[in-house]
Amino acid sequence: MAVGPLTLPILSVITWLPFVGALLIMFTARHRPRAVRWIAVVTTGISTLLSIYAYATYNHEAAGFQFYEKVPLVPPLGISYELGVDGISLLMVLLTSIIISAGVFASWTVAVRSQEFYALLLALVTGVYGVFASLDLFVLFLFYELAVLPMYLLIGIWGSTGDVRPRGIFAWAYRETGVGTKEYAAMKLTLYLLFGSAFILVGIFALYVSAGAASFSFLELEAAVFPLGLQRWVFLAFYVGFGILAGIWPLHTWSPDGHASAPTAVSMLHAGVLMKLGAYGVVRVGMGLLPEGAADLVWLVGGIACINIVYGALSAMAQTDLKYVIAYSSVSHMGIVMLGAATLTEAGLNGSVFQMFAHGVMTGLFFALVGLVYEKAHSREIGKMGGFGNAMPGIATAFTIGSLSSLGLPATAGFVAELLTFLGTWRSGHRWWLFPAVAGTFLTAIYVLRVAKQIFWGPPSPQFQHLEDARGPEWVALVVLVLVLVLFGMAPGLAIAPVDTATVPLLARIVGP
Amino acid sequence: MIGLQAYLVLAALVFAIGLFGVLTRRNAVGILLGIELMLNAVNINLVAFARFNGDLAGVVFTLFTISITVAEVAVGLAIVIAIFRVRRTVEADRLNLLRG
Amino acid sequence: MTLPTRLPLLVLLLPFAAFVVLAVVAPLRRAGARAGLLSIAAMSVAFMAALVAWVEGFRGEATWSWIPSDGGPIATVGVLVDPLSNAMLVLVTLVSLLVQVYSLAYLGDEPPASLGRYYTYQSLFAFSMLGLVLSPGFLQMFVFWELVGLCSYLLIGYWYQRPAAARAAVKAFWITKLGDVGFVIGIVLLWSATGTFDFGELFARAQEHALAIDGLGTIMFLIYLGAVGKSAQFPLHVWLPDAMEGPTPVSALIHAATMVTAGVFMVTRAQPLFALVPDVLILIGWVGAFTALLAATMACVESDIKRVLAYSTVSQLGYMMAAAGAGAADAGFLHLLTHGLFKALLFLAAGAVIHAVGTNDIFRMGGLFRAMPQTGIVFIVGTLALAGVPPLAGFFSKEAVLSGVWEAHLTVPFLMLALTVLLTAFYMFRVVFITFFGRAFEAGHPHEAPWLMRGPLWLLAALTVAVGIRLAVGGGEHEAPGWLVPLSLASAFVGFALAWAMYQRGLVDPATFSTALAPFDFLARRRYGIDALYAGLYRALVLGFARLIGWIDRYLVDGVLNVLSALTLRAGAGLRGIQSGRAQDYVYGVAFGVLLLFVWAQLWR
Repeated sequence: MAVGPLTLPILSVITWLPFVGALLIMFTARHRPRAVRWIAVVTTGISTLLSIYAYATYNHEAAGFQFYEKVPLVPPLGISYELGVDGISLLMVLLTSIIISAGVFASWTVAVRSQEFYALLLALVTGVYGVFASLDLFVLFLFYELAVLPMYLLIGIWGSTGDVRPRGIFAWAYRETGVGTKEYAAMKLTLYLLFGSAFILVGIFALYVSAGAASFSFLELEAAVFPLGLQRWVFLAFYVGFGILAGIWPLHTWSPDGHASAPTAVSMLHAGVLMKLGAYGVVRVGMGLLPEGAADLVWLVGGIACINIVYGALSAMAQTDLKYVIAYSSVSHMGIVMLGAATLTEAGLNGSVFQMFAHGVMTGLFFALVGLVYEKAHSREIGKMGGFGNAMPGIATAFTIGSLSSLGLPATAGFVAELLTFLGTWRSGHRWWLFPAVAGTFLTAIYVLRVAKQIFWGPPSPQFQHLEDARGPEWVALVVLVLVLVLFGMAPGLAIAPVDTATVPLLARIVGP
Repeated sequence: MIGLQAYLVLAALVFAIGLFGVLTRRNAVGILLGIELMLNAVNINLVAFARFNGDLAGVVFTLFTISITVAEVAVGLAIVIAIFRVRRTVEADRLNLLRG
Repeated sequence: MTLPTRLPLLVLLLPFAAFVVLAVVAPLRRAGARAGLLSIAAMSVAFMAALVAWVEGFRGEATWSWIPSDGGPIATVGVLVDPLSNAMLVLVTLVSLLVQVYSLAYLGDEPPASLGRYYTYQSLFAFSMLGLVLSPGFLQMFVFWELVGLCSYLLIGYWYQRPAAARAAVKAFWITKLGDVGFVIGIVLLWSATGTFDFGELFARAQEHALAIDGLGTIMFLIYLGAVGKSAQFPLHVWLPDAMEGPTPVSALIHAATMVTAGVFMVTRAQPLFALVPDVLILIGWVGAFTALLAATMACVESDIKRVLAYSTVSQLGYMMAAAGAGAADAGFLHLLTHGLFKALLFLAAGAVIHAVGTNDIFRMGGLFRAMPQTGIVFIVGTLALAGVPPLAGFFSKEAVLSGVWEAHLTVPFLMLALTVLLTAFYMFRVVFITFFGRAFEAGHPHEAPWLMRGPLWLLAALTVAVGIRLAVGGGEHEAPGWLVPLSLASAFVGFALAWAMYQRGLVDPATFSTALAPFDFLARRRYGIDALYAGLYRALVLGFARLIGWIDRYLVDGVLNVLSALTLRAGAGLRGIQSGRAQDYVYGVAFGVLLLFVWAQLWR
């Protein structure tokens, strides 16, 4: 294993620093909101710098898992604290850093219980980092739960309640479950994700037992050979389990409600990074450990991804609440991620990983913007807004750039991701996937531009006065995210070069060299 | 010589009386007394078996139980007093905050 | 890298640098006119560099890896310099430069911040178009193709607070994007079949007849769809007339040098590939000719001066495409260049008129020649060029197109184009007579535009004449049938005479014509219902389907889940009675349970 020039356990530091920040916030910053924010900025900032450092020093020639650390935790059961990153997870770690550093600034104005808010947020981030960096499935699962559970509190306490009218034959069920409230959204999200994690746990144990090596280590399980029947159903379990988090149809409905109700930074993290956890899990754990099972079931993964793309885009078009539009666009874009992975081609898989990154940044930007618009205008109803461009040119510009990336305009990261995925589909075993994918991008162009036009263009709406542009810390979030979108759109090699070192061996395992 | 049987019957009776007290008493103190009876029924059993099997472990256990019981009574009464301070009653029927 | 590639690269990067500076340095952008000067300075240098490249006849190619992959880059970026791109470089930089200079005066009353935004977009627009022109492969072309579309969107929507402008901008983006769906699928298929986007490699293979891939016809057709959207061919032409909602200089830019020319340029560039698929070529020719005719009829009944010009652009684009379809891409490209000059001239002159009278409606203008003779003269020069009168630039390129189409045995398209010549002369002189010579309108005191606007006009007029003379002297190698020139001149003259008789002399009442051709008049005034059809389809199909899916998602997919959870809640409510909260009840349960266990143990041991 390559040992970095620093003997510092860099991945552990990246992972645990936010957690340390959370503890510091809880125990030292009582009733000092400013200190709370600075602790958050500093801890996530150091993590970000370290992940950029790791990204820059990753050895492309050697490839494989680097920055490796291992500490046995429960030797008899083969559980150990084992970290390491390859090209794919490295990019995801970088994405997490970008989103959380923007998220910290985007939630600068949280007024209620900001201490607890930031502490939970940082704890959640540790979970996310942990999932991306873990090489031990048991520890990975622990981190996964750590990433999911704070969500319940974050949405339940700091969320906002939307407006859903109970209608149709099931109206009674809507009234009884309180659809639209933040409590409903929080509970729905948590139950869904826990439901998924049950599948994951079963899958992990099945592999552990079947391999017989008494080890949860990814590297050792990777070396084991599993019978095809087992591979099939375990892959299915991983696909459902992780896929729920990635928003696969028809198990996606937690995501619009959850994202719409969540406070800004939580939506950013959730749509930006947590949904990627799901896709990452399918690719890393599902496809990485069960190559033949994956090859057998890609028709399902890709088919559902196509539904996701078109269905998500059409649903987004039908929404009248700004946050729901963005949330459904995530459902649609996650379809591209899953589709790229399902193509089992180099271009497609690179496109998939790149789309995880691009969509993470883009949707983070979107939710930051929606949060700002909501904060200034106190409304999420698209129909009521209009002509905001005059009062908030900065927000309008950032929104436009986000929209363009969303519809896959060149020179933004979204384009490269979609193009690679398209290229992959036609070379995969299921060529027709190309058409729903391209149709999805066209539908995306329709709904995002429609929304942008309605909100920012046209004559100023008389219902809103004294609107103002973003200020101070809010700018930091917007500028960082916009720059990343454009930078990676213009120089995609920055991301694809390391990712390619990981996808090529992965594909070699699935479809042969 | 009184046989083991007689001790066991006695213990069962004491236990049944204790259980009856626990189930029917309204007053929390009464319930505590019932529990005390049940525990002592167990003690009788332990001592009886120890005597007839010639194994001192039962006696040791009994001593152990007695000391635990003392602590339990202390804690139990403390809780009863605390409840009385808050709710002005120790009627068990009224203490149904956990009702679903 | 050598000078032949370095210089065009400089041409490309100068507007980009101007864009970046304006986008990043907010104080400069908000300074308005000063931002414009920066953009103009960059563009002037770019223009001179382009001129050098063109005069020197540079050729060369330089590429860099863009999207890496294991077995060599999937996509490269770079510059491809050849006569085709050199000519376009000159046209694009020239028109952009003149438009930017003109805008300084035309948009002088705008708030400085808006003006700065305008010049930021302008620089990006020029950069995108130059990047498209210099593309060494389909992928880079697509990248800049989309950026050009973006800039049109931004500039058409420059007055974003006007609902009509907002609508037009979005419409332009959507309609062209619809064509781009075909384009992107086409290049994906092409890459999958050949493994490259590179023109050089593809053309080489095409020449060696080594490009025998299945469905090349389909692929080229899909790629052509991109051009249909961009170059406003039927049936995706509907966005261009609406694009008039942008400021007039923007229209000049879009119509003359950027955006709409992209489609024609692409078809010209990819000519070696289109040549392999004759069926698609014939289709291109037919669609082009039909577009030319259709747009010309709509121009005849339009009363908005800019819309007349817009339809004339659609019509002329039809000529260019028809030429490309006839295998005479060179003729089409020549027409693109000359059309770029005189269409920019016409639009900028129209802008001067609009600037002076404050309306677009030609029936509210009249007798303007007396008030603004200079504008009148240059407008007439442009009109003559457009109508194809020698020795102006338009004449030669149009003859080349017509003869190319004739020689390709596309008889019906040829007839359509010939009829269009007549209509072109008619609708243009209709505008000239009504606007400049008719009864003077009493409102206002129109006056000549400032020199910042007149300068570009005169320059373009001079170029239109000069290029025409140059073509008259040096061109004329194409062997057109001898009757072609008289035929087209006669058609143009008939058109002119009709316009003169109707609108100048009043010899013929236009109303008799409209009643005689009532069905056509009715349809043309309603744009043949194509816009309405699209609006209806969009509303009924896309939005309707979206609403259906949205409902299904909210109340069916999610409904099943909510029913499940509501049932769970109800079950819980039903069972809650068991939980009395009285400890004694629970002990009863325990005692009863123990009893049961005891009995069970006794009975079934």
